[in-house]
Amino acid sequence: MSSATGTGSVPVRRARVQRWNPLSLGFCCALVGLVVALAFVPVVMSENAMQKLTTLYILVIMAAMWNALAGYGGLVSVGQQAFIGIAAYGAIFLGHQHTVEPFLAMLLAALIAGVIAIPVGLIVLNLRGGAFAIGTWVIAEIFAILVAFDSKLGAGTGISFLELNFFTPRHLLEYTYWSALGSTAVLLLILFILLRTRLGASLQAIRDDEGAAASVGTRVMLGKGILFVLAGLGCGAAGALTLANQLFIQPDSIFSVNYSALMIFMVLVGGIGTFEGPIIGAIVLFVIQNEVGDHWWYYTLLGSVAIAFALFLPRGLWGTVVDRYNVRLLPVGYRLRLLGGPALAKSEEPEPAAD
Amino acid sequence: MTWVNSIVHGIFLGGVYALLAAGLSLMFGVMRIINLAHGSLALVGAYAAYVFVEHTGLSAYAAIPPVVLGMFVVGYLLQRTMLERSLRAGVLVPLLTTFGLLVIIGNLLERIFSPDPKSLNPGVLGTTTWQITGTLSISPFEVLELGVAVLVLGVLQLYLTRTRMGRELRATSEDPDTAELVGIDSRAVYARAAAIAVGTAALAGIFFGMRSSFDPSSGPTELIYAFEAVVIGGLGSLWGTLVGGIVLGVAQTIGAQIDPQYFDLAGHLVFLVVLLVRAAIESGAIGSTRGVTA
Repeated sequence: MSSATGTGSVPVRRARVQRWNPLSLGFCCALVGLVVALAFVPVVMSENAMQKLTTLYILVIMAAMWNALAGYGGLVSVGQQAFIGIAAYGAIFLGHQHTVEPFLAMLLAALIAGVIAIPVGLIVLNLRGGAFAIGTWVIAEIFAILVAFDSKLGAGTGISFLELNFFTPRHLLEYTYWSALGSTAVLLLILFILLRTRLGASLQAIRDDEGAAASVGTRVMLGKGILFVLAGLGCGAAGALTLANQLFIQPDSIFSVNYSALMIFMVLVGGIGTFEGPIIGAIVLFVIQNEVGDHWWYYTLLGSVAIAFALFLPRGLWGTVVDRYNVRLLPVGYRLRLLGGPALAKSEEPEPAAD
Repeated sequence: MTWVNSIVHGIFLGGVYALLAAGLSLMFGVMRIINLAHGSLALVGAYAAYVFVEHTGLSAYAAIPPVVLGMFVVGYLLQRTMLERSLRAGVLVPLLTTFGLLVIIGNLLERIFSPDPKSLNPGVLGTTTWQITGTLSISPFEVLELGVAVLVLGVLQLYLTRTRMGRELRATSEDPDTAELVGIDSRAVYARAAAIAVGTAALAGIFFGMRSSFDPSSGPTELIYAFEAVVIGGLGSLWGTLVGGIVLGVAQTIGAQIDPQYFDLAGHLVFLVVLLVRAAIESGAIGSTRGVTA
């Protein structure tokens, strides 16, 4: 603010709208390099490490998708497990009952989850706040009940994706790993591009004040709908990959609301409404899961930490870094830089979704 | 005749749902937040009654006064500590913190009481039946349950409309800032509403536990039933909540009459249909109300 008041007396000051800077450009190049390097992990690393990294990628996808809804759309969903479960069971349905090649079945199942998000969105996107939260949850419950009715899908007791046993264990892990890495990269890229378009700006306007956004001509339902479908697709991918990583699923666990707990934890800890935050949150959760995931108090810890972040550090780890050092590694907004002066404003990376 | 039976039992079942939903409805009405831990707090009430019965050997009914009073205090403290801060932080934050609470309560209950189902004994009221006609019989417990629901909702209604505290509550829900201007302590009003909400939730939890067994994962289920009752009945109306609970209960028992596994599904579907009909009505009238609703 000091620079803004300082420039008030200068009659004309040339300014430049800036999106990239050397740091963020460099980081993006490094990120591409990292993804390429990670693609070679199966060549050098143990099967155990591959499986763990696959889990991490799945967490990154889930966190990014939940953040897309809550952090950019103001939509707190506790029912994204619906799409995780739909895609996992969809892959079994296609691969097991219709002899589609397993990994193709998983891809199609993720797409189906995205398509199912359209009618679901038409129902729940009319709801606000807590009503939206519980509405999505009821939808997830309905899908879990419907799956449990179908004895061909193993009913309530669960089912294995037997078709995956045609691969050798090593190959299966490698294919799953690459699928997870590829899905994560593609989904994050789609989200990154989406948020940088005009739609990204309108989404944040919707989140901050839906009425005001609508009054200046923002198409509220369309914006929310696109986010909801992307999140459905992304959570679908996470679900199909979870199936490949676990080989066996049960309606109670794959449709479990605990997935929502994980998503909320990752996003709150990493930083809601920032692009980079959920990735950091996923890494934090990944470490916690590996260290204390077996203890009885695992979920108590997650819940307590999430509450603490929501109340005392609402911008999360990354949001706090952004506030303090004004860095952005993956810029989705703009910055106004006055020529001959310091950067003036941070136009993007809004206040937390919470206001 | 079996259908009449299901409908009658559904009406009684609806009483518990209405009782469960009353607090949720009240908190939403006053604070505009949906407490996602509401069902879990009801469940805590049931477990507290279970512990009381185990230790004293008294009936579950004797557990009602101490448990409900205790949960009153819990609700008050919850508002004063966590919820008040959440409300200040933004509209979405209460959802996140109450969801965190739901996760913690479920986890702790599982640790303390194991995942095995528990139940509370409704006593002789639950085992006797009154034969109404050849095939229709009801139990005094069901009548008591519905009676308590109607009584609680009635008292709440009177409290809201006839007492000074109730007026303050309504004034605060309309406009907290203006209410403050005329000397109402809105934080105290919120804390009172939360205390009542959690206290009635615990009462509902105890009745729920006498009707069917419960386990540490029942909290979310009770939340969903309560929320469905509130939405079906229309937000912001206590008698509407009673109607909503009864519609939900009847839908479930009729579903179960067709096939026992349709019990939950039928309730969820009625809820969805109500949502869709509401959305259709709103979009039909959008030309005239857009400025208000947008």
